[in-house]
Amino acid sequence: MRLIRTAAKWLDDRLQLGAPIRSTMEHPIPRDTASWFYVFGSAAITVFALQVITGILLAMIYVPSASEAWNSLQILNHQISLGWFIRALHGWGCNFMLAIVLVHMVQVFLFGAYKFPRELTWIIGIFLLLMTLGMAFTGQVLRFDQDAYWGLGIGASISSRVPIVGPVLVKLLLGGPIIAGATLSRFFAFHVFVIPGLLIALVGLHVLLVLKVGVNEWPMPGRLVRRSDYVEKYHTLTHTDGVPFVPYGVWKDAVFSGLILLAIAACALYFGPFGPSGQPDPRVIQTAPRPDYFFLWLYALLSLLPPQLETPALLIGPAIALIVLLGLPFVSGEGEKHWRRRPIAVLTIVLIAVSLGTFNSMADHAPWSPVMDASTFAAISSKLLSGRTPLQIQGALVFQEKQCHNCHALGGTGGQRGPALDAVAVRLTGDQLVRQVLQGGGNMPAYGKNLNPAETTALVSFLQTLHPAGSAEANNASQGPVQP
Amino acid sequence: MSDLTRRQMSLRIALLFNGFVGAFLAIPVVRYLLSPVTRGGNKGYDRWISLGGVDQFPAGQTRLATYRNPIANASDGETAEIPCWVRNIDGTKFQVFAINCAHLGCPVRWFPQSRLFMCPCHGGAYYEDGARASGPPERGLFQYPFQVLNGKLQIQAGELPTPGPSAANKDLINIRQTPCA
Repeated sequence: MRLIRTAAKWLDDRLQLGAPIRSTMEHPIPRDTASWFYVFGSAAITVFALQVITGILLAMIYVPSASEAWNSLQILNHQISLGWFIRALHGWGCNFMLAIVLVHMVQVFLFGAYKFPRELTWIIGIFLLLMTLGMAFTGQVLRFDQDAYWGLGIGASISSRVPIVGPVLVKLLLGGPIIAGATLSRFFAFHVFVIPGLLIALVGLHVLLVLKVGVNEWPMPGRLVRRSDYVEKYHTLTHTDGVPFVPYGVWKDAVFSGLILLAIAACALYFGPFGPSGQPDPRVIQTAPRPDYFFLWLYALLSLLPPQLETPALLIGPAIALIVLLGLPFVSGEGEKHWRRRPIAVLTIVLIAVSLGTFNSMADHAPWSPVMDASTFAAISSKLLSGRTPLQIQGALVFQEKQCHNCHALGGTGGQRGPALDAVAVRLTGDQLVRQVLQGGGNMPAYGKNLNPAETTALVSFLQTLHPAGSAEANNASQGPVQP
Repeated sequence: MSDLTRRQMSLRIALLFNGFVGAFLAIPVVRYLLSPVTRGGNKGYDRWISLGGVDQFPAGQTRLATYRNPIANASDGETAEIPCWVRNIDGTKFQVFAINCAHLGCPVRWFPQSRLFMCPCHGGAYYEDGARASGPPERGLFQYPFQVLNGKLQIQAGELPTPGPSAANKDLINIRQTPCA
């Protein structure tokens, strides 16, 4: 024991870090902030540390080459002892880190912590969020499988839409004119060196600012922030009713971080690692690329926006969002902090959460994508065929063979790209059905060139049988007998 | 006082010297970083690539063909083998479509029964001549310039076609304006 103390003193005589560390640990914080609401920032740092460690472990086996990356992931999953678990920890760590960073941001926003004098802390936080998203995207590319390959194509297509410099951006993103080995190598450099380096530097600044300007006090309705006297009031708060960060605040941080690490380990054990899916071979086109969950909302948005709005939304939307986020502490740097007195702030969070949740859940079953193999696996129910004329049954065959089922559901099976056709005869008359099939319209391609008159007649006569029992077929009022 | 000024002067000269050295070193660094954009980095990407004999593409049919990236190297692995759709319109006229959807680049699939190309990502659909049929794409499928030489179908396809104003799109406009070979 004495030896340790002597060694510690010898070290501290030279490093002289003991005193500053002690004063940092014991810096006073407002009593109320030793709260379970103030644990998300430290948890984000803990998960980041986990990502760095598991990332280094993975880099010992992973080969950042387009010809070898997928094989090295298989080796990690199946040959290296517990390689699958380290991959799972890294993948789930990513999901948790993004979730915690977002929760941290919402908490900071609702507690008014971005207001004077913590503007710079908030701004650095925005850049930390962007880098975390950057890590997620580049990490998804390093899991070099089909989703990664086509995801790169999507990234390139979005970049290409930037006016003037678009084509240059695409080549810089891909490291050449096409997705190839150079693309993976540069994403590796970004994922492993560039972004983590920036993240570490900015996290350092972020934490330094928390120490310098102090952690946000617990907001009280009616306690307004004013630039003129805030610093003085905060000083009084920490020095008259303050408690030292260690041990008052830190134990909750430690417990929560531990719980999060346990949760990540549990998910990793139970669910295992993410992919890789099929080999990144562009010749395998029987694939439906999907982004990881944190970009699912974007996938939904890109499917649902009207085509002409898409490029402006993609290019101007993020710029506006960034300007709003960066400008927020300057526009509303003073005043109320408590969320009960800031209804617009609360509504904004609710609106964003509901929108993201809706888009994500829609992306889960992607109703806008045709079900590519519905015409071969989704049979037409025999109920819809019994008692039909030969012409109508021939029409059902046409329906199946021409892949109408890929986009239209019948009896609950098939695609949802177009409307379900179980009651189409109630909505459209025979003539309208012919017009719709031949000329298309709305979101439907025209089949005029692909169907001969006999096929069209059969198909429409089948479609005219599709109405619920008891409800009448649509009829053309202008051609019916005139009622007196 | 004069001593101090001399030191300040020395510092300034030292900083200036470092600035010069830094700028000198920045030139190769920037050129290295921009090599994917400059011509030297991608020499030969627009060269003609053979898709095989014309007889592999029967008249009236649309078939999947693959080609090797003209500037492939060993570390590209399977990403160097790229597919495209070849439509032989009537035995003499061809259309060669990129595999990438004109919306966001996902691989489109050809359905001969309904004579449509469909995209699995966001629901884009195209007619057999590549024209937009429905969904989010703002335009038809990308087409590669092609030529028939000694009975072989050749294309220029070393660049990923993207919906922005890239070179591939200009080629497409030229093709539309000139009759097929």
